[in-house]
Amino acid sequence: MGCPVGGTGEKRMSEGQVGAEQRLVTPGMVIGPSAGKHAGSGAIAQNEEFIATRLGWLNEQNDVVSVRPINSAYMPRSGDLIVGVVAEVRNNLWFFDVNGPFQALLPMSLAPWKVEFGSTRQHLGIGDAALARVQEVDEAHNMVLTMKGIGLRRLNEGCVIAIPVNLIDTLRGDNNSRVSKIRDLTDCRIIVADNGRVWVHGDADNMFTVRGLIQTLVDEGHMNNFEDAVDALEQQRGEN
Amino acid sequence: MGGYGDVKLLRDDGKRLDGRTVDEMRPVSIEAGVLPAADGSAMVTHGLNVAVAAVYGPMEAHPRKIQRQDRAVIDVRYNMAPFSTGDRIRPGFNRRSREISKVTAEALESVVLVERYPRSKIRVEIEILAAEAGTRCVGITAAAVALADAGIPMRDMIVGVASGKIEDTVVLDLDKAEDNHGQADLPVGILPNTGEIAFLQMDGDLSIEEFNLAMEYNFKAASEIHVLMVDALKRRYERGDN
Repeated sequence: MGCPVGGTGEKRMSEGQVGAEQRLVTPGMVIGPSAGKHAGSGAIAQNEEFIATRLGWLNEQNDVVSVRPINSAYMPRSGDLIVGVVAEVRNNLWFFDVNGPFQALLPMSLAPWKVEFGSTRQHLGIGDAALARVQEVDEAHNMVLTMKGIGLRRLNEGCVIAIPVNLIDTLRGDNNSRVSKIRDLTDCRIIVADNGRVWVHGDADNMFTVRGLIQTLVDEGHMNNFEDAVDALEQQRGEN
Repeated sequence: MGGYGDVKLLRDDGKRLDGRTVDEMRPVSIEAGVLPAADGSAMVTHGLNVAVAAVYGPMEAHPRKIQRQDRAVIDVRYNMAPFSTGDRIRPGFNRRSREISKVTAEALESVVLVERYPRSKIRVEIEILAAEAGTRCVGITAAAVALADAGIPMRDMIVGVASGKIEDTVVLDLDKAEDNHGQADLPVGILPNTGEIAFLQMDGDLSIEEFNLAMEYNFKAASEIHVLMVDALKRRYERGDN
């Protein structure tokens, strides 16, 4: 299978496989012999065989056998762009809900404003959404965010839509091609964060259209209907 | 085991009261992804048993005292609905549901790669909607499918099956009458790909030969149920054009 890791939807991945059918694997299923290959994410080597540990599509590239999970929780990695929602405020830091198993911490030293001790609530209150980047994550899931960086800010307008983490690549497309297309078609500002949250801002009708498209992806993303929905929108907007 | 007294459980032709042969399972059907609010879910119908399992997480383990610094904890809650049996069951936890929750959690911990999620909790809710003997096995099977549906990494999908003894005959998959009036019950959690046993309980007495035969039946049934589990997950996610 010659598709890129973290590919962009089943149709595109299958096209790169030269006739190979995509294979859905379940936990415990023997994927194949491990000789000369390495186990990637979602696979473990056992008795000279690879065993799938997750439900997902089998992926093999550069002698690395992995499983692209169908359903997975967000596990933060350093450098991820995230949309977080403030869950708790202390005198010198904020705790963010980042759609992961643990809350993330934003110290006032990594906020984009000059924050005095005790005045954190003046900048971000509980329930506020912000665009941030993951500064570091340790092995016990302690996670520190930063808002120092280009484009990182409090999100004062627009809406945040949640999608399953495994569908992010499908929404983005190759080099963000698909999300760029949706931006152009709907005239909305769209940011697809790595933690399964999408920030959308535009006029109400267009935001409603984007929400509908994303809902199609969430409901039927594993069956390629999302690409068809984007094409249908393109055709419709072209006719108008 | 409610004692075996003079209740006749085998017919003259060697078949059981419901017409099954000694090594025949009750009909099983499995459906994955039945609850939209859960991260993963499954419904298993096994004979007249109906079990629904829902999985949430991994999430931060609360209270903090249950956190493990090197792995996730699996928090299982097995519950029988008040209307699941002929006699109404008083709602809430009782001694039996605590025991089954504990053994189910320990069985699932042996297959889930808990070391991937330190300090986390994976919550598994098993609700028995209708009961006809063997609910702990049905619950474990439902929990395994729900965990796979939730994308939780596992070494294998555990299958719950049971055999037992009635009228000095080893039989597979006891129904209610056989469970109440039989001589032994042997519920087992089997990992079908490796043949490992994740949990085993025995109620009543079995000789070594009877035990071996019961385990043989259990392994056979586990491989049949495992096919249905995989099929349920594939049905949920297989591409429409495949």
